[in-house]
Amino acid sequence: MDGKLLEAENVSVDFRIDGQYQTAIHKINISIKHGEVVALVGESGSGKSTFAMSVMGLHNSDQTRVTGSIKLNDNELIGLSERQFDAYRGVSVGMIFQDPLSSLNPLMKIGDQIAEAITVHDKQSKKVKQRVQKLISDVGIVDVQRVSQQYPHELSGGMRQRVMIAIALANEPDLIIADEPTTALDATIQAQILDLIKEIQQKKNAGILLITHDLGVVAEMADTVTVMYAGQIVEQARVADLFNHPKHPYTRSLLRADPSEVNSGDELYAIPGTVPALKDMDHSKDLFLKRIPWLDKAEVEATVDEKLQKVSDEHYVRGNAWQNFEFLEDL
Amino acid sequence: MSELVRIENLKVYYPIRTGFFNRVTDNIKAVDNISFTIESGQTYGLVGESGSGKTTIGKSLVGLEDPTSGKILFEGHEVTTNRQKKAINYNKDVQMVFQDSQSSLNPRKTIGEIIAEPLKNFGVPNFIGAGYDGERSFDQTKINERVLALLKIVGLPAQTVAQYPFQFSGGQRQRIGVARALATNPRLIVADEPVSALDLSVQAQVLNFMKKIQREYGISFLFISHDLGVVKYMTDNIAIMHNGRFVEMGTTNDIFNDAQHIYTKRLLSAIPSLDVSKRDEKRAYRKRIESEFTQNKGAYYQQDGLRDRAYDLEPITKTHYVALKKEGA
Repeated sequence: MDGKLLEAENVSVDFRIDGQYQTAIHKINISIKHGEVVALVGESGSGKSTFAMSVMGLHNSDQTRVTGSIKLNDNELIGLSERQFDAYRGVSVGMIFQDPLSSLNPLMKIGDQIAEAITVHDKQSKKVKQRVQKLISDVGIVDVQRVSQQYPHELSGGMRQRVMIAIALANEPDLIIADEPTTALDATIQAQILDLIKEIQQKKNAGILLITHDLGVVAEMADTVTVMYAGQIVEQARVADLFNHPKHPYTRSLLRADPSEVNSGDELYAIPGTVPALKDMDHSKDLFLKRIPWLDKAEVEATVDEKLQKVSDEHYVRGNAWQNFEFLEDL
Repeated sequence: MSELVRIENLKVYYPIRTGFFNRVTDNIKAVDNISFTIESGQTYGLVGESGSGKTTIGKSLVGLEDPTSGKILFEGHEVTTNRQKKAINYNKDVQMVFQDSQSSLNPRKTIGEIIAEPLKNFGVPNFIGAGYDGERSFDQTKINERVLALLKIVGLPAQTVAQYPFQFSGGQRQRIGVARALATNPRLIVADEPVSALDLSVQAQVLNFMKKIQREYGISFLFISHDLGVVKYMTDNIAIMHNGRFVEMGTTNDIFNDAQHIYTKRLLSAIPSLDVSKRDEKRAYRKRIESEFTQNKGAYYQQDGLRDRAYDLEPITKTHYVALKKEGA
């Protein structure tokens, strides 16, 4: 049970732009155990989805170079052909996307779409109809008969996301990748969907890679957290450690920018500058240093190393800027 | 503190037409008898889920939606209909910032042209501030100067004037939207989910900036959002909407620390908290509220067809109103 479900080592993804490869994510290490929720956090452009797509084999192999090693149940995924990947996608790995309306087929009834997810991998499958109905009720939809006869546009956003989850679960995957699963939903519906995902993880002992930019969702759901900035991992820790003892300046900046814990009289912390463009990303450096220019560079940069530093049990931080980082306002 | 906008018994209905003669057989009550007051220099928060009618209220305020009945008063002047709005030149006093900066900025115009548009329509006020109502100039050089001044306020460089919306990030575009809204010296800005498409650090920039212009120019905001964390930080007063009705109304403190209506409690319990140690406790509490909401609806709602209709608001303190069933009713 405690074995590694997903083991990603030194995963880099380069996109070919104008004939040249440019690195989008650099040497990412992430591992997921059975029954574990691993959250991948970062802002747009940090490379969270790029990583998820390389696990699903969804990158276009002509324009993208994926290197390193991604092992799912000890089978190497990098280098597989399209056809070989088909044996994993939807079977060992299920995926839940942000926008269910554009990932569901608008012309197919819900029941048929879920059935397709089963039959496409197992043509001899019997009792498909019963399995579909069980899946629909498993994701908390009460009116099974009616919903299976409806089209996606007839359902609310929350119901559609439940259907997406039913499809992701269709072949009882070991790993579920949920890419911003609740970003488009209202708070109460978000809470319901998160509870549902948690329930499924506990019942089926599936591993979950949860991609989100919402720190609240991370705090609710995750067992361990990986924080990404500009294609690099800047911090990795158990969830309680990350929120109670954040180390890297980027993690601390994000937590400080969250309005929910700030008095309305105080100013929110806005990280100065912007995320660098792909072509300006020199991954041998800690790229976040550019956003905290008041820190004494000479001391910090000399010791930046591509490996993460271990600060305590299961807690890793990039570089050593965190050791003498303070917010400009606090200096 | 003085009252800036008062909304009285506002109703916005959309007719449902059916049958051979296309007769009106029923109405969708998008906004169903709503009253509230926005004080000048303050931020009023409208919170609710999608479809609750909060955007419809915002649109009625700026004149993008015709109310079915009820009154909108701006400093005592009635501005319910477009004719009344024109009569006091109300449109320069109320501006709107939209959620999706991509689709609310014309892709074929430069940023300079976009910000100059309201200045061409309403003239350039002598100085920047909320509601300054002296002489306005339509001189082109004055317009150009003011465009640059507005860009400076929102922290964008002068070369921005010649660039197009697609050349900017989401946060920058949202600030351009705010610069355009500021151009006419409005008293009130209706901000409809202004930061929900932005990343945390960019969201912080936009929210800080909105607070800053409020401090400096005394602008009022109607802040429409479904994100309770942001609303708590930004607002002075809040109304919680459900199915076109207010279920609870009060100061931000009343709502966050003394919520009475089950729907408000349900919304509050759904906010993810950053406190990891309490998450199981919170999940259990959320389940409890959810089951009370489904099982005990009768105590909080009357049935109106298939929809739950909240009772009328009753005051429980000077500032705090809750839609509860009246004793004996």
